[in-house]
Amino acid sequence: MADALPRESAPLDAATAAPSLAQRARRPLWRDLLAEKRVVIAGSYLALLALVAIFAPWIAPRDPLEQDLMLSLLPPAWAAGAEPGYWLGTDDLGRDVLSRLIYGARVALTVALVAATLAAILGSVLGLLAGWYRGLVDGAVSRLVDIWMAFPPVLLSILLVAIIGAGLPAVIIAIVIIDWTRFCRVVRAETMQQAAQDYVIAARTIGFSRRAILIREILPNVAPVLVALVSLEMGIAVIVEAILSFVGLSVSSDMPTWGGMIAQGRQIIHHAWWVLAAPLAMLFVTVLAFNQLGDGLRRALDPVARR
Amino acid sequence: MSLAAVLRRLATAAVTLFGVAVVVFVLLRVAPGDPIAMMIGPGASEADIAALRARYGLDQGLVTQFFIWLQGLIAGDLGTSISLRSDVLGLLGQRLPATLELAGAALVVALLVGGTIAILGTLARRSPGEAVVDGANGLLLAVPDFIWALAFVLVFAVFIPVFPLTGRMDPTIDMDFATRFFLLESLVRAEFAVFGNIVSHMTMPVLALALPLAAIVARVLKGALIEAMGQDYVLLARLKGKSELRLVLQEALRNALPATLALTGVQFTFLVGGTVIIERIFAYPGIGNMAIDAVINRDLPLIQGIVLAFGAMFIAINLAVDLAVAALNPRLRHG
Amino acid sequence: MSAPLLDISGLSAISTRENARVLRDVDLVVAEGEVHGLVGESGAGKSTIAKAVLDMLPRTIRVTGGRIVFRGRDLASLDRASLRALVAREIALIPQDPMTGLNPTRRIEAQLTDGMRLVAGMSRGEARERALALLEEVRIADPARTLAAYPHELSGGMRQRVLIAAAFALEPKLVVADEPTTALDVTVQKQILRLIRGMQERHGTGVIFVTHDLGVVAKICDRVTLLYQGKVVEAGTAREMIETPRHAYTRALLAASPRYDRPEHGCDPVPGSVVAGLEAEIARHDEGRAP
Ligand SMILES: Nc1ncnc2c1ncn2[C@@H]1O[C@H](COP(=O)(O)OP(=O)(O)OP(=O)(O)O)[C@@H](O)[C@H]1O
Ligand SMILES: [Mg+2]
Repeated sequence: MADALPRESAPLDAATAAPSLAQRARRPLWRDLLAEKRVVIAGSYLALLALVAIFAPWIAPRDPLEQDLMLSLLPPAWAAGAEPGYWLGTDDLGRDVLSRLIYGARVALTVALVAATLAAILGSVLGLLAGWYRGLVDGAVSRLVDIWMAFPPVLLSILLVAIIGAGLPAVIIAIVIIDWTRFCRVVRAETMQQAAQDYVIAARTIGFSRRAILIREILPNVAPVLVALVSLEMGIAVIVEAILSFVGLSVSSDMPTWGGMIAQGRQIIHHAWWVLAAPLAMLFVTVLAFNQLGDGLRRALDPVARR
Repeated sequence: MSLAAVLRRLATAAVTLFGVAVVVFVLLRVAPGDPIAMMIGPGASEADIAALRARYGLDQGLVTQFFIWLQGLIAGDLGTSISLRSDVLGLLGQRLPATLELAGAALVVALLVGGTIAILGTLARRSPGEAVVDGANGLLLAVPDFIWALAFVLVFAVFIPVFPLTGRMDPTIDMDFATRFFLLESLVRAEFAVFGNIVSHMTMPVLALALPLAAIVARVLKGALIEAMGQDYVLLARLKGKSELRLVLQEALRNALPATLALTGVQFTFLVGGTVIIERIFAYPGIGNMAIDAVINRDLPLIQGIVLAFGAMFIAINLAVDLAVAALNPRLRHG
Repeated sequence: MSAPLLDISGLSAISTRENARVLRDVDLVVAEGEVHGLVGESGAGKSTIAKAVLDMLPRTIRVTGGRIVFRGRDLASLDRASLRALVAREIALIPQDPMTGLNPTRRIEAQLTDGMRLVAGMSRGEARERALALLEEVRIADPARTLAAYPHELSGGMRQRVLIAAAFALEPKLVVADEPTTALDVTVQKQILRLIRGMQERHGTGVIFVTHDLGVVAKICDRVTLLYQGKVVEAGTAREMIETPRHAYTRALLAASPRYDRPEHGCDPVPGSVVAGLEAEIARHDEGRAP
């Protein structure tokens, strides 16, 4: 269809040919980002969380694994019967909740970062291929996406982790295998749309190779959507990891996770509500932050809205 | 939708379902881990293990196993659960109604809550109230069912203990049910004490499942309602003195529903998928809760049966949504 | 001459959306039983006047001055509820687009009888009888079947007939018709014009007929008000305006409009000098007034 267009209708001067992201940005990118309040707030929180996770050994008041049955089920610092130094109290094994929370951020953020990035790469590559080459490639990829969508995601992730075996890599692989479709569908649609635009047709007529066009023209235009999606996916990954930990299929018990703490807190809910409340609050705020960051990024980076 | 279109949809659905079955089957067989070993534990003799393997058909080749399973499936036999030692179809029959009632109730609540938010937002449009409604909805939109469920556990089971924490109803209840649809049956048979007890057990899981979907319903419906409210027929009705609320309910709602239903249909399948973890949290005896145990115990026949049941539900939902959309649109209804 | 049906004087309004004047000291008088044409190009403010009369202005348009007196009552002096009740009972609207004027998900009967039941308090049976009579009056072939139909089962012309029937259902004193024929094709347009005129004469109803087509004005209106950018350029009887136009703009518009009797006649655009003259008038009007 694209080839049928008259060639002379596609001049490649700077005015009509096309705006890659860099050309398009009249204002510097960071200004748009800072103008979006949600990006600033959510981004700062997540940056802080990342620092806390990285420097956990220096920040955490105690060893998250150290048990002391004499000090079990201590309430948080503001409640009656609290022990100084145990800000958020202790669990039934006498482990410090705050320290476990801080170390738990490590697992949560690792999974978020690695799983979301890998899912984005896998999904985007398949989506780009399907959207660009269409035909057989598209047929195969789309059918695969359909079958994937017929699985309940939670069940599928549990199934996958059960098959691969528990552990951090298994959790990451499971998330990637489940959620690549999110990226694939969006990137495929976007690629199809971009491929039909004047500037891509122009690039083709003056003899750029397909791969060059994909990389030079289409990828930069798909990038803003992708960045937003990655942020949203990180939130999803944090939740999935928590769910798998909750069910007991994530990392081994000598590494504190929010999901694991939640499962434990659920067991002793009637004795120590704070063991559940603390990680749940962290999970909530973190998921909300990824969500808002993603939404904010989508707005700030949207090429249409930027002009 | 014409009969031919329905049949075509069913045919594609069957193919997808078959694809799901194949994927699950292959995944489970190539996975490490031996269900029989999990079942009898250490100390069993080689002969015992071999006998059990033969009993569950696990000594056959992969392809043979698949065809045996497929044959059974067509004959309505889903095999025998290894961990629960009973007929998979029977287990599904026992547990599926609980999940269906949970998901169905959540759908109804989601539509009611989402519809209310959308109507409030529409009535408050272009006023300060709209930002409040939109903000609340944005929060609902961002929080997944898992977090809701646990927040409810914390609030309604501990701080303000009004709802029971686990199960489908009090174990002390002694009623002879003819079906496994306890909620519906107790209502139909006017056993209101039992009905109330079931409702109080279902409140937290239903709300947890319903709120994220409600947020999506609200967002889509509000957009469609506001668009409809700008149409001339609404202006004419307003001139006749209809109140804004009646305009929304009588004039705009019907026109906004098809688009909303179509968009929320897919989201409802996510809700159904969410029952897995929500049932776990509330120890609710549905197939989702059973699924997690089945996976942990590597109970292959049971996992396959459950995944198929979920796949079938997903497909049924999509079909039902298409039919509902068609039924709501007079243009399509009359051909 | 008895008191007019509708007496608009000095009506001014601004658009807060565009931060611009929309109406500039508009005077407009509609006598009882008269068809009054409201003419002007797109954006001239015709619909704004119509909506002001119906008390249906969008929030983004604010009235800054003037009075609307309907049957001796200043609309601004009424409280919200009585204003709504008055409009519901005595003023009706025929919308421009018969496609969006009828609710696609409700049967014609429900839509046609809404007002009768809500405003006049008729029973279902009474309303149905009245609806059947009305459909007959607007010359719909099979009234019973039409009542049971959904809008999409009717043609554009049929729908507009239904909307006209609905407008006259409660014997209003004033009908506001906002370009009721623009969305229809030419042959249907003529029928609808004749129908509105016929209904109006039989019921003795005053009509504000909004259009941008002076040809239509010649056909149906008694008196005309011509607007340019919210300012009245010329007002008078339809015959005067068409035979002896006073303002250069009116003459230019007459030259520009394809005439019924001479459809092959080409359209001349409004000359630049005329537009410049109008702009100068507008500027003079706005001078010294707060925005
Ligand atoms: N909802 C609104 N809010 C603010 N300003 C508006 C609104 N609708 C119209 N306007 C402005 O009011 C002015 C008059 O518009 P109006 O709709 O009355 O014109 P009109 O003569 O009916 O034109 P048309 O022939 O296109 O219907 C225009 O300049 C327009 O931009
Ligand atoms: Mg108009």
